[in-house]
Amino acid sequence: MARTLAMFTDTSLCIGCRACQVACKQWNELGLEVPEWTGGYQNHAHFTDKTFRLVRFIEEPGGKPNGDLAWLLMSDVCKHCAQAGCLDACPTGAIYRTEFGTVNINQDVCNGCRYCVSSCPFGVVTFNEQTGTAKKCTFCDDRIHNGLGPACAKACPTESIQFGFRDDLVKKATKRVETLKGLGFKDAQLYGADSGGFLGGLNAFFLLLAKPSTYHLPEQPRLPQRNVVVDSLLSIGSALVVGLGVMLSFRERGKGGPDA
Amino acid sequence: MTTNLIDIQHSDVIMATSNMAENHPVGFQWVMKAKERGAKLIHVDPRYTRTSAAADLHVPLRSGTNIVFFGGLIRYAIEKNLYFKDYVVPYTNASFLIDPEFKTPTDLDGLFTGFDPAKKSYDRSSWKYQVDGEGNPKRDLTLRDPNSVFQLLRRHYGRYTVEMVEKVCGIPRAKFEEMAQLYCSTSGPEKTGSITYALNLTQHTNGVENIRSLCMLQLLLGNIGRPGGGVVALRGHANVQGATDLELLYHELPGYMAMPLRDQHPDLKTYLEKETPKGGFWTNKPKFMVSLLKAFYGDAATKDNEFGYQWLPKRASADAYSHQHMFVDMYEGKIKGFLADGQNPAVGGPNAKLARAAMAKLDWMLVVDIFLTETAEFWKAPGTNAQDVKTEVFFLPAAPAAEKDGSLTNTMRLIQWHERAVKPPGDVHSDADFFCTLAHRLQKLYAGSKKDRDQGFLAANFTYGAKPDEPEMVEVLKEINGVATEDITDKDGKVVYRKGQPLNTFAHLTDDGKTTSGCWIYTGVTVEGGDGKLVNKAAGRKPADEKDYLAHGWGFAWPANRRIIYNRASADLQGKPWSEKKKLIWWDPAAPGQKPEDKGKWVGLDVPDFNAFLAPDAKNGDKPFIMRTDLVGAFFGPLADGPFPEHYEPIESPVKNLLSKQQSNPVAKIWKVPDQKNELAPVGSPDYPYVITTYRLTEHHLSGVMSRYLPMLAELHHSHFAEISHELATELKIENGEKVTVLSPRGKVHVTAMVTHRIKPFLVNGKTVHQIGVPWHWGWKGVDELPGSKGDITNDLSASVGDPNVYIQETKAFVCNVKKGVV
Repeated sequence: MARTLAMFTDTSLCIGCRACQVACKQWNELGLEVPEWTGGYQNHAHFTDKTFRLVRFIEEPGGKPNGDLAWLLMSDVCKHCAQAGCLDACPTGAIYRTEFGTVNINQDVCNGCRYCVSSCPFGVVTFNEQTGTAKKCTFCDDRIHNGLGPACAKACPTESIQFGFRDDLVKKATKRVETLKGLGFKDAQLYGADSGGFLGGLNAFFLLLAKPSTYHLPEQPRLPQRNVVVDSLLSIGSALVVGLGVMLSFRERGKGGPDA
Repeated sequence: MTTNLIDIQHSDVIMATSNMAENHPVGFQWVMKAKERGAKLIHVDPRYTRTSAAADLHVPLRSGTNIVFFGGLIRYAIEKNLYFKDYVVPYTNASFLIDPEFKTPTDLDGLFTGFDPAKKSYDRSSWKYQVDGEGNPKRDLTLRDPNSVFQLLRRHYGRYTVEMVEKVCGIPRAKFEEMAQLYCSTSGPEKTGSITYALNLTQHTNGVENIRSLCMLQLLLGNIGRPGGGVVALRGHANVQGATDLELLYHELPGYMAMPLRDQHPDLKTYLEKETPKGGFWTNKPKFMVSLLKAFYGDAATKDNEFGYQWLPKRASADAYSHQHMFVDMYEGKIKGFLADGQNPAVGGPNAKLARAAMAKLDWMLVVDIFLTETAEFWKAPGTNAQDVKTEVFFLPAAPAAEKDGSLTNTMRLIQWHERAVKPPGDVHSDADFFCTLAHRLQKLYAGSKKDRDQGFLAANFTYGAKPDEPEMVEVLKEINGVATEDITDKDGKVVYRKGQPLNTFAHLTDDGKTTSGCWIYTGVTVEGGDGKLVNKAAGRKPADEKDYLAHGWGFAWPANRRIIYNRASADLQGKPWSEKKKLIWWDPAAPGQKPEDKGKWVGLDVPDFNAFLAPDAKNGDKPFIMRTDLVGAFFGPLADGPFPEHYEPIESPVKNLLSKQQSNPVAKIWKVPDQKNELAPVGSPDYPYVITTYRLTEHHLSGVMSRYLPMLAELHHSHFAEISHELATELKIENGEKVTVLSPRGKVHVTAMVTHRIKPFLVNGKTVHQIGVPWHWGWKGVDELPGSKGDITNDLSASVGDPNVYIQETKAFVCNVKKGVV
């Protein structure tokens, strides 16, 4: 396997211009979507089969180091998890890991079962009704196989989205967190940079200025599959309880005789 | 812009007074770079925007109070002794003495000396320096003389206290002082700060004075001509700078020379006498003007016919031909035909309702654009019956940048070449094709005319390259650059330029007809290489590196590829950098001089914006502001509305002017338009109690012509909206996302209410003043599948009022009412 490629999204440098969102739509030829009212600048509310990069706009009164209003701007994307729920759940093998460590959906093999949609802890994977297949960010697979970075990273004017080798980017990101803490951003933190952390680390990881839930990210994302053992045991337990109840009810009936 | 966007990374403090992150996101990368290096970002804006999100300190001020803000800062810097005295004394006119007759608004309750209420203008005869016997301005280098510019300035802004700032702008005192302390920390040799502005300062009835007040603060802190310092004028789109340099304007000729006035400038000799100052680099104006006329009229321009000067159209009045004048005249039936090339005034100009009504009075109109704009289809506007419109309308589809070669001059005076990516489809043509073809057809129609007035147009060249109607754009750039009209020899008879050879520098332009130049400041952009081939420097693509952080090999910055202008000011009187940290150019006494026997030259990291061989101790070797007659930066600088910026309320304001009894700019232009087409709200009108400001968003462009038709952009905003504070929404019982009506005396629009923490009411003189914000990108056309891409025209709300110097509209601050629902 080649050296793992990654995207590091530093939200402290994001100016919410949405060049990434537009570049993604343009390069991947994603179609028109009628926007819903989200209450502010953000559109759309969630990832869709036509929106793979989504800039979130979050008003946080008192969120700045000096106590002023913060407007947290974050360009969100598929995390290309090292332990990818979608990949684990895919029954047809349509979802695969590339030599760069990214996770893709082979559109020709996808049978539209949507197990991946419910297996993504981040709500990234979505279903396209027209093609009957699951859709998500590919890291611009066609571009990276031709020596170009993803369209979003290329379009970002402030280098908030950086593309490169994962180990290099993690080093850079770690340093950046320290700098920001020194500047008074006490909640500055990396999300998904640690390959020993949740989901084995994310190949699209983030620098956040507030706790993950503020950005609508799970604090400790888990794969639904990790619940299988507990859920199975619980199911077996429930079955036993129900079975016991049934047996007991038969015993009651048995006692009553033909008139009961 | 005095500086260069790349250089912003060296600022210690950046004050964005415009919404730079949203409207100039690419340039904003350098602000973020500076921040990464530890710089602080202050954002001064009525609204909390994406720029505020990136800022260390957001300072909201009520729209229309910029001069109080900058005046307060000027006072703060002077009173706290934070100004850069070693810079101010030699490099500005602070020490110059002013005519004792001159009085300021401090003495005259809001007016300067010489106001004529009948004419609504100033007699400026006392607005001048005291001069000695030889005509040189008298100076007091101690700055103590009560008639010195410095003392007058100090007295003038003495009224602009922090308390006054709090009362007028609505900025709490503590916040203002925190900001003032931070920004004034850029004074002195070790630090610099830059200030950005855009239409936030210009679109006011005191727009020019707003900008002057910013420049004065920068001079006071020694922040002009130095790395990390400067006035960062951010232009509204990719080529506004180019359009201004080449003067697609009513009052100037290419290269910032006045468009002749019929009565004042009857002939070339008089024009040059009146327009050429006695000092400074503009003393070369005759060379620039004659070379321009030679570029226009070619061989037909001779010494005997004043180089064709009489063929130039002349203005009947200095106050007659701006955008706003044009639409008032059109409405009054004085203009019969109209060519709108790449502009959408049915949406984009002030009082857009008036503009559309005016178009209906034309005989014909031609629109050249990339989409069928609202202007092209004004006769289809909602509520208009096409049968009532007699105007005959033509439309020609135009090619956008990717379908043509050419250059764009961006906000930092940088000329960058672009090559055609694809041929335009079908019958689509570039603007250059269109204008050359039109000119050729007109020349055919006028061929054989014996009238004097037609001879210039008939002689003018509109052919560039082999195909007459398909100009080769590099030939156009070469014409702008200028060439020799005959072999030019030096004093020894050696040929310096062959006939037709492009000139290397504007220093080689002459006033005898031997040179041409379509715009003198661009000379040097196309030169002849060693192999005799044309070198187009605008196409240079050598990026910045460690040796050249200003990237002199990337494009060509006018003038003479200087990236930071007035850069002599980056060195002290002796020619040494003010500090090692802030060095840019300096005098090297050991460097080879102009002649083999001479020594000494200005050297460094930029092309000197100065005579490279003029020693610091030579006459005028200590004066960096070479474009000014007196060679120094101007605190005292006469404009139509005064030599010092003074605060007046916007023409429409909810409050009285607290600084004087002059409510609004006494010399502002207010158009009287028939049929109640320009009604204005009185001060403090209960019908229109709220301040409104209009603006742009990252996702859309100008009047929406380049964004409302593109789904991937148009879908990024749900619909046309107004940003409203939670406080006002509560008062009016408006829910976020609900439809509201915004009304002004001119019109109304229906928009979605975006209720946000990012808008806050102001406490103005103890009273709550609400302000709302409405972007102006929407019109009735867009993507059919995206209903929100279409919307009402915000400019139906704005008025026909203008700044007295350039007649720009006041769309950043006027008044409105907001009503729940669609009314």
